[in-house]
Amino acid sequence: MPIDLPTVWAGIIAFAVLAYVVLDGFDLGVGILFPFFPARRDRDLMTNSIAPVWDGNETWLVLGGGGLMAVFPVVYATVLPALYMPVILMLLGLIFRGVAFEFRWRTQRGSGWWDHGFWIGSTVAGFTQGIALGALVEGIDIANRQYVGGWWDWFSPFSMLTGLAVVVGYALLGATWLNLKTVGDIQEHARKMALVTGVILLVLIGAVSLWSPFINPVYFDRWFGWPTAFFSAFVPMLLVVCAFALWHGLTHDKHLQPFLAALGLFILSFVGLGISFYPYIVPGSLTIEEAAAPDSSLMFLLVGAVVLVPTILIYTGYAYWVFRGKLDPDEGYH
Amino acid sequence: MTAEILARIQFAFTVSFHFLFPAFSIGTASFLAVLNGLWLWKRDPVYLHMFEYWKTIFAITFGMGVVSGIVMSYQFGTNWATFSDRAGAVIGPLMGYEVLTAFFLEAGFLGIALFGRKRVGDTLHMVAVVAVAVGTLISATWITSANSWMHTPAGYGIDANGNFVPEDWWAIIFNPSFPYRLTHTVLAAFLTTAFAVGAVGAWHLLKDRTNRQARIMFSMAMWMAALVTPVQIFVGDLHGLNTLEYQPAKIAAMEGHYETHTDGAPLILFGIPDDEAETTHFALEIPKLGSLILTHEWDGAIQGLKEWAREDRPPAIIPFFTFRIMVGIGFLMLGLGLWSLWERWRGNFYTNKTLHRAALVMGPSGFVAVLAGWFTTEVGRQPYTVYGMLRTSDSLSPVDAPAVGASLLAFIIVYFLVFGAGTFYLLRLMRRPPVIAEDHELDKGPHRAAGITPGPAQEEPIRSGGVDAN
Repeated sequence: MPIDLPTVWAGIIAFAVLAYVVLDGFDLGVGILFPFFPARRDRDLMTNSIAPVWDGNETWLVLGGGGLMAVFPVVYATVLPALYMPVILMLLGLIFRGVAFEFRWRTQRGSGWWDHGFWIGSTVAGFTQGIALGALVEGIDIANRQYVGGWWDWFSPFSMLTGLAVVVGYALLGATWLNLKTVGDIQEHARKMALVTGVILLVLIGAVSLWSPFINPVYFDRWFGWPTAFFSAFVPMLLVVCAFALWHGLTHDKHLQPFLAALGLFILSFVGLGISFYPYIVPGSLTIEEAAAPDSSLMFLLVGAVVLVPTILIYTGYAYWVFRGKLDPDEGYH
Repeated sequence: MTAEILARIQFAFTVSFHFLFPAFSIGTASFLAVLNGLWLWKRDPVYLHMFEYWKTIFAITFGMGVVSGIVMSYQFGTNWATFSDRAGAVIGPLMGYEVLTAFFLEAGFLGIALFGRKRVGDTLHMVAVVAVAVGTLISATWITSANSWMHTPAGYGIDANGNFVPEDWWAIIFNPSFPYRLTHTVLAAFLTTAFAVGAVGAWHLLKDRTNRQARIMFSMAMWMAALVTPVQIFVGDLHGLNTLEYQPAKIAAMEGHYETHTDGAPLILFGIPDDEAETTHFALEIPKLGSLILTHEWDGAIQGLKEWAREDRPPAIIPFFTFRIMVGIGFLMLGLGLWSLWERWRGNFYTNKTLHRAALVMGPSGFVAVLAGWFTTEVGRQPYTVYGMLRTSDSLSPVDAPAVGASLLAFIIVYFLVFGAGTFYLLRLMRRPPVIAEDHELDKGPHRAAGITPGPAQEEPIRSGGVDAN
């Protein structure tokens, strides 16, 4: 049986995007939570908790973008102009939070300034990523392999809602990460933040889930038509399981469980999107098949990806393992 | 201004800023690997302290390189969408391999290289440091390959939509200008680091010529200058021959030749190229030398810009001047390298203040040369993004000028703010005298906070030289 290269690649790109969302999600979340941890010492600990790994986390974003250009160039060439402003804002946000992280250690006087840069940059990056997601769900106008919509098409009540949901979701990931990595007062505070953001996130997931089937009849059919509804129904059921695991973990002083439960919420929401989208890559405009680059490109990169992606996962896992365990407040990497 | 010109300015601006960071971090990563290797081999703490000194500088440079690089990878889509659609099937996989083989390697091991010595032990730590250094070199390989392909495209076909379709990946990766461009770029990165390290060493020698770390920095840097600069000039010459073969219009622009010379072209040392009047004003020429350098023959033929229709010519003035800046700096680097050899031989290497001052002045020279060379080759490729195949004006996104203008303005403000602060912090780190930190400092891994709140170790630095300095 010949392998269906475009579908394989859609799977790999989806995996890269998911890996980015959950990994950079928790370190962006740490930044989003900065205003709730005003003490310098707490903030030092928070940034130290992500210092050894944030670079690797952000690389998944480059793989998502670079990979998209390689295997679905027309998607790259139409979605990015459609999302011009959110993408530019996201890049500026990532610049601020990436450097603020290093710079805040280099200055006594300016460190408060860079702390703001870290917080605002992280929040803007999360919010614009959520907007991009919402705009994609709503559809993008494409004709003759070019974006033909307007400059403000991405701006809608729905995309604002998804933007907010992603910010809150990242904050939950960040809070459960801190709950995992810290001890004492800061952990106690992180746990409270996780409970609050967890409740808000579930409300927002509910709102987005109820709204999106009415945006596009294809989505409606996927969720309420037979027989797909039978399989789709697993997603909300598992969401409830994850929500319970999150609540149970936070109220029973578990450390890893809430973080895993929060990851589960993200993965399930992502699977939900996949169920709505397939076989489209840009809903309503381009299917995976139509958007794919020539087989020669897909095959050339696949050969490497098959070997390299597992290798990357192994040594990334090793790097996480090296820095495992609770942070010693007196150690600090910086 | 049109969207095209704004998008070109935006790309030139963001890529120029970005390029400075990898140019420095590629060399610094290898330097760190050498220092760590020397520490493991000789167990002389001076190398460990040098590693710690440059590690912090590397971390900041690398961080700025990462974030400015993410901007580049998305700008292909926002501003150059048509290029991405047309050439994505060829360029995209090369960049995909850069991410898979290099970026993850660098980023994955960076944490261990910077913060993990105590956690993983010396051997695995060395592996991590080498992995980061190798990662930077692999990254340079793929991105240079992609860029070279845009200069000398090969191994492709064109499909019904007018898009490039890869046919022979071997020919695409090893396109005709790739080997020259890669060698030239990597050597440039090494020299950039060498002259920056040499300037830091020289600065601290001027203040305290017994500082042992400063001596080693200065000495290593000047060996690089003396040994690598001649190689770089040789490689640059080979690169020039290659460009003459594949991009003769670029050579004509660099040389300021509008007329074709069939019996030996002069070398124009100075002049002001004028594309409108099709002549180089105030030309200061050396007969035949141009042909000798470019073709290695006295009477070699050099085509002038008039051979091409006006709309197919690169603008001459930028490549003409940036090329001269790059070559001029190259010869200054060579001069400093030879001078340092002479002073070594005479035994004045660590005492000649004039030499140290010269090295200090030459500190930023690598960055200037790298940017000048970059401008020469990229402006020389105009008016094409894929040379001879796809025009810059046909590569643009369907964007409005105000959108590109607004984002350009935002990038300019943010870049000067953020990277200006970064440069300030880097210079401040380099100004710290390299000293032996107290042992308990090293045990913890250097506390960054210690650099901010001056503790005893900072206020009363224990000089590392002294004993063997006489």
